[in-house]
Amino acid sequence: MSDAPIRAEKVTKVFGGLTAVDGVDLELRRGEVAAVIGPNGAGKTTLFNMLTGLYRPTSGRIRLGERDITRARPDQITALGVARTFQNIRLFPTMTARQNVMIGRHSRMKAGVFGSIFRPPWVNREEREAEERAGEELKFVGLKADLLDRTTASLSYGDQRRVEIARALASDPHVLLLDEPTAGMDPRESAELAGFVLKVRDERKLSILLIEHDMKVVMGISDRVTVLDHGELIAEGDPAAVRQDPKVIEAYLGRSAA
Amino acid sequence: MSAALGKIKGFDQRFLVIAAILFAILLPFFFDRGSSFMDDAVLALAYVVMALGLNVIVGFAGLLDLGYVAFFAIGAYTMGWLGSTFYSQANGGEGVHLLVTGAAANLPGIHVNFLLVLVGAIILTTIAGVIIGLPTLRLRGDYIAIVTLAFGEIIGQVAANGDQVRIGGIWDKTLGALPLIPDLGSEATLTRGKLGISPVDKIDLPFVDPFTSLDIRSWYFVALGLVLIVLFVNVRLRDSRLGRAWVALREDEVAAISMGIPTVKTKLMAYGTGAALGGMSGAFLGSYLNTVNASQFEFIFSIFILAMVILGGLGSVWGVVIGAILLSFVNSWLIPDVLNGLPGQLGLDFDLTQVSFAIFGFILVIVMILRPEGLIPERSRKQEMHGIGTGDRAGAGSDVELGEAR
Ligand SMILES: Nc1ncnc2c1ncn2[C@@H]1O[C@H](COP(=O)(O)OP(=O)(O)OP(=O)(O)O)[C@@H](O)[C@H]1O
Ligand SMILES: [Mg+2]
Repeated sequence: MSDAPIRAEKVTKVFGGLTAVDGVDLELRRGEVAAVIGPNGAGKTTLFNMLTGLYRPTSGRIRLGERDITRARPDQITALGVARTFQNIRLFPTMTARQNVMIGRHSRMKAGVFGSIFRPPWVNREEREAEERAGEELKFVGLKADLLDRTTASLSYGDQRRVEIARALASDPHVLLLDEPTAGMDPRESAELAGFVLKVRDERKLSILLIEHDMKVVMGISDRVTVLDHGELIAEGDPAAVRQDPKVIEAYLGRSAA
Repeated sequence: MSAALGKIKGFDQRFLVIAAILFAILLPFFFDRGSSFMDDAVLALAYVVMALGLNVIVGFAGLLDLGYVAFFAIGAYTMGWLGSTFYSQANGGEGVHLLVTGAAANLPGIHVNFLLVLVGAIILTTIAGVIIGLPTLRLRGDYIAIVTLAFGEIIGQVAANGDQVRIGGIWDKTLGALPLIPDLGSEATLTRGKLGISPVDKIDLPFVDPFTSLDIRSWYFVALGLVLIVLFVNVRLRDSRLGRAWVALREDEVAAISMGIPTVKTKLMAYGTGAALGGMSGAFLGSYLNTVNASQFEFIFSIFILAMVILGGLGSVWGVVIGAILLSFVNSWLIPDVLNGLPGQLGLDFDLTQVSFAIFGFILVIVMILRPEGLIPERSRKQEMHGIGTGDRAGAGSDVELGEAR
């Protein structure tokens, strides 16, 4: 058996009459950056939503190491060390950047109703540490110091993406899922982000799975690529080899020709 | 004038708070101990406690609760059950007396010290809050409102018809049979319906003279004490891990749950805490009003409290305090004492008190039009109201359908 940090086994997701993901096997290996690509509507985000517990697979299993998390809730999966970002940024718009990242810390904190009301020393400490950690993560992703206490709604698109990654990192994940992290970025920003993904992987000892449309980014940083089309896995392996795969070429060309 | 205002704004907020508290402490010494102003003031403080409790549910967690009266009822009945001659057959007619002094110590029925009643009310309403919370967890917005409304109505109906519900027999065979738990006698009913449980024991605190209905000042200070406790709870919760989680759930539930916030537990904490605060106020009012009867627990009361929260500003602690005081005085002073004769003078044949809730509705509509974020808006709520930063939210929704998320 492999020691894949996270693995989907024959997962299928059906919405009404539509099979969005169809019997897909996918594993993320320890310490790698793997990419999931495919045309629009291929089922990539749906697969992510199953891995993070937002959707329950119609059939198949999700494993985190040896643990079966198919029926676990998203917050439990986060607590087990899986963090994500969203294709359409989902920050809490009226909170500051720092507060957003502190939310990412939620699963590592303990204060409940009584702790919050009476604030014993351990709660104060936990709160202070979360605040410091949020500052560090925001610095790590490159947010300018004067933006830390601005509401995220007022931040630029690129900065919002940074905050979202910082928020994910704050939960101490060992698996990071990034859904189209370069969407809406210009080529220079995309290249920068690609470099940053590798840096995160190396410094934080993470295993990273990303959905990506930018082929330059995919080819540049991923160790392996999985290709979905119409919910089915049509190719998998080394990026260079996948790029030459006739089925992959057809999936992309077929779409644009149609 | 405007310079003076600017100066006030520049003051440390802490100074304002201390000044307000000092004012509240000194206020009763300018009024007669039994005056109707003091009566209105005590009610206002009790409603501030309720409004701050509802603020945790609606303001902080964003769960529209239209059945808050249920917690008033449960708190008040806790006081009625544990502090009156209602269960006169309890303990074989000898009564139960737990840390009470004065007249209550020699009466039949159950008589428990007020502080213990408060604890009991908190426990019962917290449980009730969690029970009402559970079925709403999978629901959103309007549906939560409907379920909570129904819950409030159910409690109201149980209160009204509880005089037909003989609990004595079952109680004595089950719980009453346990050691230390008194039997109630076979005639015991759940409530006393519209007749009401009355009289109710006066508050009885250690080191203080027994309370009477003539000296309202001591009631005022107890109510003020409850307000300070509840204010403290509100402020602490708002600025905590839990408070942050509530804002997150309110703004984007999918993102919140994906970031590790357990929705069920976090929402239930809001329901439970909010309910407990309402229960405290309910127990106090049960004793202060000297009656616990079903006509106190109608739907309109939930709206009354909700209107205070909305008027003040959802989620805004100080706004809610002001909203509650304003509406409370409108209800107990402005309408009955000042404006009541108005329709008559205009040749109309009704009293304003008969339409007081239409007046609250009117006030709410005006607030919604002129200042939807309330008198003293809470920062993030104001932004939410004006759609700041929620521009791309519609697109974000396509990521995940919430019905699917758990
Ligand atoms: N909650 C849902 N209910 C119904 N259908 C859905 C739902 N979520 C996704 N789908 C459908 O499933 C299919 C796959 O969608 P998905 O979002 O996973 O695609 P994707 O590969 O991420 O596409 P894109 O590149 O555009 O992000 C689409 O046809 C989509 O309309
Ligand atoms: Mg997608």
